[in-house]
Amino acid sequence: MRRFLALLLAALTCLTFTACHGSQETTAFEIPEEFDTSRTYEITFWAKNDTNKNQTAIYKQAIEDFQEIYPNITVNLKLYTDYSKIYNDVITNISTGTTPNVCITYPDHIATYLTGENVMVPLDDLMTDEKYGLGGSEVRFASPTVEEIIPEFLEECLIGEHYYALPYMRSTEVCYINKTYVEALGYTLPETLTWDFIWEVSEAAMEKDADGNYLINGQKTMIPFIYKSTDNMMIQMLKQKDAGYSTASGSIDIFNDTTEDLLYTIAEHAATGAFSTFKISSYPANFLNAGQCIFAVDSTAGSTWMGTDAPLLDISEDSLVEFETVVMTVPQYDTENIQMISQGPSICIFNKEDPQEVMASWLFVQYLLTNEVQISYAETEGYVPVTSAAQNSAEYQDYLSRSGEDNDTYYEVKIAATQILLDNTENTFTTAVFNGSASLRDAAGQLIENVTKSARRKETIDEDYMEQLFEDIISLYRLDQISTVDGKVELGPLPATAVALLAALAVTWICIIGYFLYQRIRKISHNDH
Amino acid sequence: MKKKLVLALALSMSLTLAACGSSSSESSSTEDTEETVEESTEETEEAEAEDAGEDQSAEDASDAETEAAAVMTYEEYAAAELETQVCVETYVQATQSWWDDTITVYSQDEDGAYFLYNMACSEEDAELLVPGTKIIVTGYKSEWSGEVEIIDATFEFADDGDSYIAEALDVTELLADESLSDYQNQFVSFTGMTVEPSTDADGNEVAFLYNWDGSGEAGSNCDLYFNVSVNGETYNFTVESYLCGEDTEVYQTVTELEVGDVIDLEGFLYWYEGVNPHITSVTVVG
Repeated sequence: MRRFLALLLAALTCLTFTACHGSQETTAFEIPEEFDTSRTYEITFWAKNDTNKNQTAIYKQAIEDFQEIYPNITVNLKLYTDYSKIYNDVITNISTGTTPNVCITYPDHIATYLTGENVMVPLDDLMTDEKYGLGGSEVRFASPTVEEIIPEFLEECLIGEHYYALPYMRSTEVCYINKTYVEALGYTLPETLTWDFIWEVSEAAMEKDADGNYLINGQKTMIPFIYKSTDNMMIQMLKQKDAGYSTASGSIDIFNDTTEDLLYTIAEHAATGAFSTFKISSYPANFLNAGQCIFAVDSTAGSTWMGTDAPLLDISEDSLVEFETVVMTVPQYDTENIQMISQGPSICIFNKEDPQEVMASWLFVQYLLTNEVQISYAETEGYVPVTSAAQNSAEYQDYLSRSGEDNDTYYEVKIAATQILLDNTENTFTTAVFNGSASLRDAAGQLIENVTKSARRKETIDEDYMEQLFEDIISLYRLDQISTVDGKVELGPLPATAVALLAALAVTWICIIGYFLYQRIRKISHNDH
Repeated sequence: MKKKLVLALALSMSLTLAACGSSSSESSSTEDTEETVEESTEETEEAEAEDAGEDQSAEDASDAETEAAAVMTYEEYAAAELETQVCVETYVQATQSWWDDTITVYSQDEDGAYFLYNMACSEEDAELLVPGTKIIVTGYKSEWSGEVEIIDATFEFADDGDSYIAEALDVTELLADESLSDYQNQFVSFTGMTVEPSTDADGNEVAFLYNWDGSGEAGSNCDLYFNVSVNGETYNFTVESYLCGEDTEVYQTVTELEVGDVIDLEGFLYWYEGVNPHITSVTVVG
């Protein structure tokens, strides 16, 4: 099911990037003078968890605690295990005016929601409101101040000129490495992992004995390098190479020579079997833990599945192999200029006719940024709290310092993954958000998926192939139809027929006025006579 | 002059109205852009899918591929290498939800079964893929977490009036046997299995879980996971919600199971890191 959901819903983004037209319009939100505590409010919160019962429990606890502070606000939780499913449901509900009040989301998705008028609440004024803003005087709990939200993470929620979300958790991608096998192959891990190193070691691991077993693990299966999220793979490769992907205004720049070169390299290693992807083979963690993978790139939020002692396991105990797990940054092209993606859930608020209801939502959103929620949720996976208040708290620092104390809360691999993001926050980046950016992201991954499949099928991958691939991907994700500026759809130039008709109308009016003036002049000159 | 002017005005008015009409229709076509584009994308995807074999030939005109397009027996399919093109005649046994011009099908013939993952299929054709329907499928043999399947597939209906619905094969005694994988994807049954406890999100022992770890909840159409044992071994079975959702009898039955119940089951012999049947019916027998 994890697979079915992930793959089926990925297609949604390309189908819905213009989907909010025709939504029921709501009046723009204005902050009321006071939050009316004499009234009761019922708000809905659509939350995403990583199919992780601890995260579910934390959401429930947060709601319970918030309702104790604000007994007049009831929060109804609806759980999802997939961002795309939330996205789909939101799109559906925008058109009927039945959006949730608060929702976990990706900024890419918000860009689509924004194509509906007043669907989202801009948070700029709310954030700085003296009484009810972040750290506001009338907020009944210790909400963080604007300054306490990590600037790099907050920046991701700036869409166009407004903040339409607040960061909730942040993660990045890391490489989980079977160090035992790397060294058995005669290599030493470099200080900073590079693409060249991964490709070289991966090819070295492909050697087999006479019976067809791989020498490194004695098994019939070995895929040395598996990437979970190929959209991130392409995006990070391009960023590291300073090559085009997109511009802030929505120009699609991904179809360039660097992309083509990268795809040739990927195809070369897919053809030997040294590289594969989650969509093609399965979860990197399953292969890593079975000793069938050496470099597994996945989110820090997937760290509890990685390694011999991982608390979460999807393979049978007898398939598990003992090895030393090392966590490193994703591979780089320039070790002096490390670049890694910043990702993770953000929280947005949907507009409602009743501004007091929006205020209730806003207070709940703030509560999700309190230390208690931030720290407990971050500890469920390799997430990083989004506020300096939580990151610097004694409780969180204590958590980090206890790495390896057990294979659950203090699981070493999880905390190592977390630490990589904490140490590299300034090296993170995000991609531009615009209506259609979610489709572009999918397209970026699909390029890799397609060449990998083709290479495994021994197809010829040459210039003609690349030309056709680019054409197919542009068509499939309708990338030639994206035209956005600041999140608003441009209607483009008037059609020639419309221009001609408007010109005809103008000429007619000129004739009418001319005739009118002619008659007046004639009349005056008549009278003069 | 007046006549000419009136004529010019009338013409202008009619042109303007026409322009408005045109503008209006353009406006609706703008609103319908998504639909139109979707249709055109669908067509493109379908065309791409239908032409997959041709594209393949154009890109790699190997004889091997041309041969692979010929209809294979199950034996030939089973012997085919992974990542090669395969073509089989088979009969629909069940389908998962149709979505985005793809459908996932459990299919079988008298010799063996196939899992057709995300096969290209229009919504209209999906309606026709009822149990027993004979189809000819072309795609690539692949493996995902142990599940051998056909992916990137297209199909056509075999209009020969032939139909086949598999009888469930009892594989209870084969559960611990390596030969079980020979029956992968087949419609099978298990008899006299005992419901074993699972641990839910709160640490309680329960008869089933919403999601694999109990992180889901009723009403969210989660998959159901439950443990059953026979001959001293315990296995994890699934009610896959895309196959049997909340409104189905089997889903309801599983949510009413109790630890210790003895049950008979039917389903498809799916694989995920080991046997992980997608259950379609459960009967409490003791």
